[in-house]
Amino acid sequence: MTTYEEVRVRERVEPRQMFLKLGGWDVSTATLTVAAACVLAFLYLPIVTLMVFSFNANPITRLPLTEWTFFWYEKAFGNEILLTALGNSLIVASCAVTICLCIGIPTALALDRYDFPGKTALRRLVILPITLPGLITGVSMLTFFKMTGVQLSLATVIIGHGTALTAIVVTNVFARLQRFDRRIEEASADLGAKPLRTFWHITLPNIRSAIIGSSLIAFTLSFDEIPVTYFLTGRDNTLPMYIWSTIRRGMTPEINAIGTVIIGVSIVLLLSSVFIMSDSGVRKRPRK
Amino acid sequence: MSQSRRRLFGFAALFAGPAVWWGTVLLAPYAIMFMISFYSKQFPFMIPDFQFGNYIHLVSDPQYYLVLSRSLKIAFFVSVVAFFLSYPLTYFMVFKVKSPRVRLLLYVATIIPLWVSYLLRAYTWKTILGTEGILNSFLIWIGIVDEPIQLFLYNQFAMVITMAYIFTPFMVMPIYAALEKIPRSLLEASKDLGIGKFGTFFRITLPLTIPGILAGFTFTFCLAAGDFISPQLVGGPYSNMIANVVATQYGIANDWPMGSALSMVMLFIVLGIITLSDKFERIGRLNLG
Repeated sequence: MTTYEEVRVRERVEPRQMFLKLGGWDVSTATLTVAAACVLAFLYLPIVTLMVFSFNANPITRLPLTEWTFFWYEKAFGNEILLTALGNSLIVASCAVTICLCIGIPTALALDRYDFPGKTALRRLVILPITLPGLITGVSMLTFFKMTGVQLSLATVIIGHGTALTAIVVTNVFARLQRFDRRIEEASADLGAKPLRTFWHITLPNIRSAIIGSSLIAFTLSFDEIPVTYFLTGRDNTLPMYIWSTIRRGMTPEINAIGTVIIGVSIVLLLSSVFIMSDSGVRKRPRK
Repeated sequence: MSQSRRRLFGFAALFAGPAVWWGTVLLAPYAIMFMISFYSKQFPFMIPDFQFGNYIHLVSDPQYYLVLSRSLKIAFFVSVVAFFLSYPLTYFMVFKVKSPRVRLLLYVATIIPLWVSYLLRAYTWKTILGTEGILNSFLIWIGIVDEPIQLFLYNQFAMVITMAYIFTPFMVMPIYAALEKIPRSLLEASKDLGIGKFGTFFRITLPLTIPGILAGFTFTFCLAAGDFISPQLVGGPYSNMIANVVATQYGIANDWPMGSALSMVMLFIVLGIITLSDKFERIGRLNLG
């Protein structure tokens, strides 16, 4: 059945493949594996370094490692200013996420269900803060607050984060709404449920995972935010702003310790948001 | 009639609040910034005005041109480095990892650093590259050099490395999506026609991922061009980027009209790049369609 062409092709290819085989692996795969491993190492080495040095007694982050210690953790958690900043960050992130949800869910619903003038413009406008450099949102809001005579405080930071991060809730919830089978809502209405009741019992449960997932992402981002906070904060500092002011003056392993804690917490938050979002995605698929 | 009126009422109830919010805290600030960029400056006040002095100053003062071209140059190098880091990794994930579960795990592992505090990731590079840092002490420890090398930190090289490190996941995501979409049958067809691995890669795989590469370049380029934290941390004296200048205008220099004009320029550059890449991506898609 083999044609002349096929035979010729095989003859041409096989000697080269013999040459490239190396102990069951061909050279290009091996090179690629090594390259991929190197890139992953590049992505993780700095993070691992930060963690390792948070347990190292030497106040200067340098090799070789000296003895192991929890001293930096004790110091970080005994640091009044740092703890206040941490508290501020938690307040800001929680309030910002609340704003994101209160504004983001209705916006996503409006974009999904209604046609209104300026809809395309609104869709573009809403994602501007995550498209443009954070600094532009920061300075424009600073100008706005100064012009309207609003004192800078944690409240302005909260409004800033709320504005900048709502896009995440809008895009995630909107994407989920687009996949959502509207017929069950119609069924609910046909059975006599009022719109609010339908929303509460039918719509909300269906977009719940998108809401939870995007809130977790928005929380993590707010907790880590600098460009907007930098311009909008008054006398109070958030944790990233505190860390920023500390590391500009010099380095202290205390930052490594608090950094390790932050990394741990954000990875847990992120993994749970991925888990929550993909879990419901798997359940949805058969229906499509 | 009543149906449509009810619909209108529902829409108003739903969207009135958010509309006011978007108008006040998002649209108004951008509009005010645009307005202020035409104001003039008489220290320490800004005078409501409509003149193009700030923009003319931007074009005529070579300092701004220098900073702008430096920002674009650094952002370009960051994107290139991120590309060369991302492509082999993503190619490996999509074509060499057989188990979908392991592939997903690797993908998530690549994205995770994005969620680890941006500031801390920039800061670790300071501790790695510094004179007293990990890299230098390692080199001394194993005996390759006798005294610390000053060349690692506080220059543009350090900036490119740090930002490429920070923004690589943004390159990985679109390239991954593009590679995954390539039909395996195309690659098999190419192989059946006797084209070698490299030929297949350069003639089939690479061209098909151009939209993804373009999207990745857009992300990393815009992010790097607008960054002002990393340059301040690891950049040293000749590292002012456009975002640093904006921050200075709003801070020490206290020249808000100038800062606003610069921000508007930045805004238009970023929007321009996004629109362009969107257009190219669409053209690419049509050609491959």
